[in-house]
Amino acid sequence: MPSTVKMTVNGKSVSGQVEGRTLLVQFLRETLSLTGTHVGCDTSQCGACVVHVDGRSVKSCTMLAVQAEGAAVATIEGLAPAGGDLHPMQAAFREHHGLQCGFCTPGMVMSAVDLAKRNKSPSEQEVREWLEGNICRCTGYHNIVKAVMAGARAMATGKGGDDD
Amino acid sequence: MRDFNYQRPNSVADAAKALKGEAKLMAGGMTLIPTMKQRLASPSDVVDLAGVKDLAGIKKDGNAIVIGAMTSHDEVAHSAEVKKAIPALADLADGIGDPQVRNRGTIGGSIANNDPAADYPAGCMALGATIVTNKRKIAADDFFKGMFETALGDGEIITAVSFPIPDKANYQKFPNPASRYAIVGVMVAKSGGTVRVAVTGAGQSGVFRHKDAEAALAKSFAAGALDGLKTDAKKLNSDMHASAEYRAHLVGVMAKRAVAACG
Repeated sequence: MPSTVKMTVNGKSVSGQVEGRTLLVQFLRETLSLTGTHVGCDTSQCGACVVHVDGRSVKSCTMLAVQAEGAAVATIEGLAPAGGDLHPMQAAFREHHGLQCGFCTPGMVMSAVDLAKRNKSPSEQEVREWLEGNICRCTGYHNIVKAVMAGARAMATGKGGDDD
Repeated sequence: MRDFNYQRPNSVADAAKALKGEAKLMAGGMTLIPTMKQRLASPSDVVDLAGVKDLAGIKKDGNAIVIGAMTSHDEVAHSAEVKKAIPALADLADGIGDPQVRNRGTIGGSIANNDPAADYPAGCMALGATIVTNKRKIAADDFFKGMFETALGDGEIITAVSFPIPDKANYQKFPNPASRYAIVGVMVAKSGGTVRVAVTGAGQSGVFRHKDAEAALAKSFAAGALDGLKTDAKKLNSDMHASAEYRAHLVGVMAKRAVAACG
């Protein structure tokens, strides 16, 4: 049955009517029109829907909107101001050509930012293990891994990363 | 997913009261939400334990590590207390699913679900854990009753899991490359002269203790003691990922690796 849910999304207080079964990703895309967060598999495997909830990366297709009541949510739209400089992780994905079709990229970037906040200089193996929950069907991952390593280093040198 | 009434009680007592009829408890929701999407579960009410604050956390209590039911896999994997006392348990938690699943999934949810390929049931069985509920304490040996079945009764809620600290322990998993669930996972734990070996992913009735392996390792705690170890394939799963015979072989391989890694 419908109820009102309130949370902070990209620093702004938001609220909306949801059903118990409304997924967080549906609330973000359909109620808030934040369509940067993608739905790929809808079975919590592909990671296209990764957002941050209270600073941790989660799959927003496998979380109910009501579970995010009172939480701070960050989406790809919140990483960098519209028209402004890209977030260092986004810039690294562009620089290293870490995308082809781009469908998985929002989830890849949000997942990578969570890694970079925990590990300032992840090794190639650590990046590959971390990306276990993010699937890309174009790139073969090689340039994504390079981008994440470079993006993490850029974040560590103070060029951004304060997304939550 | 069919709609349901969402409840978020603040206490275990209120959560137990809310468990009526077709209500289901939710911890991290990493299994329940996908199951509801497939309409394999269509509960009337979802009772979310996230509002019960004292259910999460890790503490050392005498010779045991006690982990609150709502503690995430990520917290267990990175807990200084767990890494110091039972590094094998931190490693086990760090190998569950993927980082996003580990951020949401909980130990209580995993154990209550008792997926036959989940990692925690092997950890609980091999370490001789005690499952603490709002009603009683249950030894791991008595808790896991079969595939997706546990000793939990109506209105019974896991509040914590207590792991005695072993002398040595190690968990080795042969994961499905896509899901990271265990095709076979073996946890070995040694405490004094007692060795416990628990196998997940393989058994038709879920997690089980490998008594032959335990007896061999109690005599000589070395990987070579498991040479020629027999595992009855008739009681193991056969599916698109691995035949029962292959799983039986993997049990021996993973058990040896675990013993070798114990050092």
